[in-house]
Amino acid sequence: MTVDYVLRRLGMFVLIIFVAGTLNFAIPRLRPTNPVEERMNQLLQQAGGVHIANVKEMIASYEERFGLNNPLWRQYLNYWIALAKLDFGQSIAYFPADVTREVMRSMPWTLGLVGVTTVMAAVIGSFFGAWLGWTRTPIAVSFVVPLLLIVTAVPFYLLGLLMLWVFTVFWPILPGGGAHDPLLAPAFDLTTFIDIIQHAILPGAAIILSSVGFWGLGMRGMMVTTMGDDFIKLAEFKGLKERRIFLRYAVRNALLPQVTGLAINIGFVVSGSVLVEVLFAYPGIGNLLYTAITSNDYFLIQGVLMYVIFAVGLMLFIVDLIYPLIDPRIRYRSA
Amino acid sequence: MANMDTTALEPQLPSSYDVTVFEEETRWVKVSGAIRRNVLLFAGSLLILAIVLFAVAGSLIIDEKRTEVGFAHAERETADGSIKDQVAPRLKPSSEFWFGTDQFARDIFAYVAYGTLGTLWMGLIAGIIGIGIGTLLGFIGGYFGGWLDAVIVVLSDALITIPGLMLLITISAYLDQLTVEQLGILIGVISWMGTTRVVRAQVLTLKNRAYVEVSKFNGQGDMEIVVSELIPNLAPFIAAAFVGAVAGAILLSIGLSALGLGPQNEPSLGLMAFWFIRFGAVPQGMWWWFGPPIVVIAIFIVGLFMITAGLDQIANPRLRTSV
Repeated sequence: MTVDYVLRRLGMFVLIIFVAGTLNFAIPRLRPTNPVEERMNQLLQQAGGVHIANVKEMIASYEERFGLNNPLWRQYLNYWIALAKLDFGQSIAYFPADVTREVMRSMPWTLGLVGVTTVMAAVIGSFFGAWLGWTRTPIAVSFVVPLLLIVTAVPFYLLGLLMLWVFTVFWPILPGGGAHDPLLAPAFDLTTFIDIIQHAILPGAAIILSSVGFWGLGMRGMMVTTMGDDFIKLAEFKGLKERRIFLRYAVRNALLPQVTGLAINIGFVVSGSVLVEVLFAYPGIGNLLYTAITSNDYFLIQGVLMYVIFAVGLMLFIVDLIYPLIDPRIRYRSA
Repeated sequence: MANMDTTALEPQLPSSYDVTVFEEETRWVKVSGAIRRNVLLFAGSLLILAIVLFAVAGSLIIDEKRTEVGFAHAERETADGSIKDQVAPRLKPSSEFWFGTDQFARDIFAYVAYGTLGTLWMGLIAGIIGIGIGTLLGFIGGYFGGWLDAVIVVLSDALITIPGLMLLITISAYLDQLTVEQLGILIGVISWMGTTRVVRAQVLTLKNRAYVEVSKFNGQGDMEIVVSELIPNLAPFIAAAFVGAVAGAILLSIGLSALGLGPQNEPSLGLMAFWFIRFGAVPQGMWWWFGPPIVVIAIFIVGLFMITAGLDQIANPRLRTSV
């Protein structure tokens, strides 16, 4: 791994943050109407249309408070300076809580749920896919492919909904929402641990079931391609043991694109988790974003989005750094 | 298909030597062979066709009024004028309401049919726009290269990492009420990156092939080469990308609408998901409310996946194995 390679990847990471940050700045400003004025009018209407003489002055003072009267380039610059300080302002929904604090409070739940289930789905799916792509696998197993397809086709949240129906209404054995029992005092003991796991089973299973097929099908495709390669034939002619050909020759090579898939999939999983979290009332990032949007909390929306993109970009960067270590071809090419 | 029965493709001459019978039979053998060679593509198309037929036929035989809250399904003449017969909410499926009624006494069959139609229309718009932008940028980048190519690559690499649903949710938070068409356009505009990557990579390998060189020496212009040499060779890739884009757009739109952030005034499967999540179809055990849309979505997405896989097999012969 050369310095040049690392620098290029780092440049990509910075660029992702830059593009995302600029979008985040531009999207709210593309609105044709003045948000402050709109909000004031909304409040006035709620107050019963009371005429307040100095609304214009109020608007002006708010604009000054948020720096909205500055020229656009100045606002843009200030925006990046604030970002660098991780200052996203204060949440309106949870006023006067800091946006950063709210994000940090929700992040562990999402990382725990989504992170663990994504890795589990990748491992289980890749294993199944490798097995399915292996030519010596019994025919009966090939019926798994259509089954995987169907399970993958149902989006996370709808699968979650079906499971919610089965396990909380039809056969009530699991809790229907939240991340832990609200009556349980949080402590580092076994009861808390079991309680948290119990609450994570349904949303976690929904994520795993609906993404396992993605991994399985991808892995199967790569296995089929790899099995057609000449080095597999050579290994067979050399009389190597099947197990060795399977693991060291076929799986090892087929697994490589799966690693990149893991990086790209993280973004999708984070997106999909919004719906799962809302459905299961799980107090993670997705739920926070949903609350922010339903309560028009623009600072919180911007903050959540920026943190998520930062996390996804960082994950991609790390995978890019790991990739040459497991794929010698890239290592040699860049050396 | 490695284990395909090849003898079926070599028909025996019929004993009577009747030419028309022979032609009929070869044609049939050809068709069945083509189907068998691409089971996935054929089966996937059938599934999609079934869903489209369901949506179109359903919306033709049932009045759109039935998707609205508080529709009256009959008027009764009484002595003091006519009385509208209100439909009861939460009815189980019956011969009158095939999929029952929901919490607001809407006909679920009608809603699923019109909703499927709306969702399909949205997916089609998003797919066409996404593929249009993606193909155009892919061609420009791959064929002409240079700084424009660099910009396209960097932009698509950066944008592809931004979670689509998050971006969509954020944009919709700043927009007023969306229509189904506007949502389609919006999704198309934010999801061209995958197509650009595929098309660009293919153009890069194709543009140095001998037949492209020959066309150049024959004095064909760039546009002519793109249209007559490159596009026909890329067709299976573009078709696969289109199908994938439609599937992706439909899933995105359902996700957005299920949160209540999508179009609210026209029936769609996503809006239906919003209603049944919001108004507790699950705790109430109203399986006839949340079941039908989920089944429709699953069949549709499975069909699109199968078509993509089938097209991939055409484009990449290495994937042609049994299974």
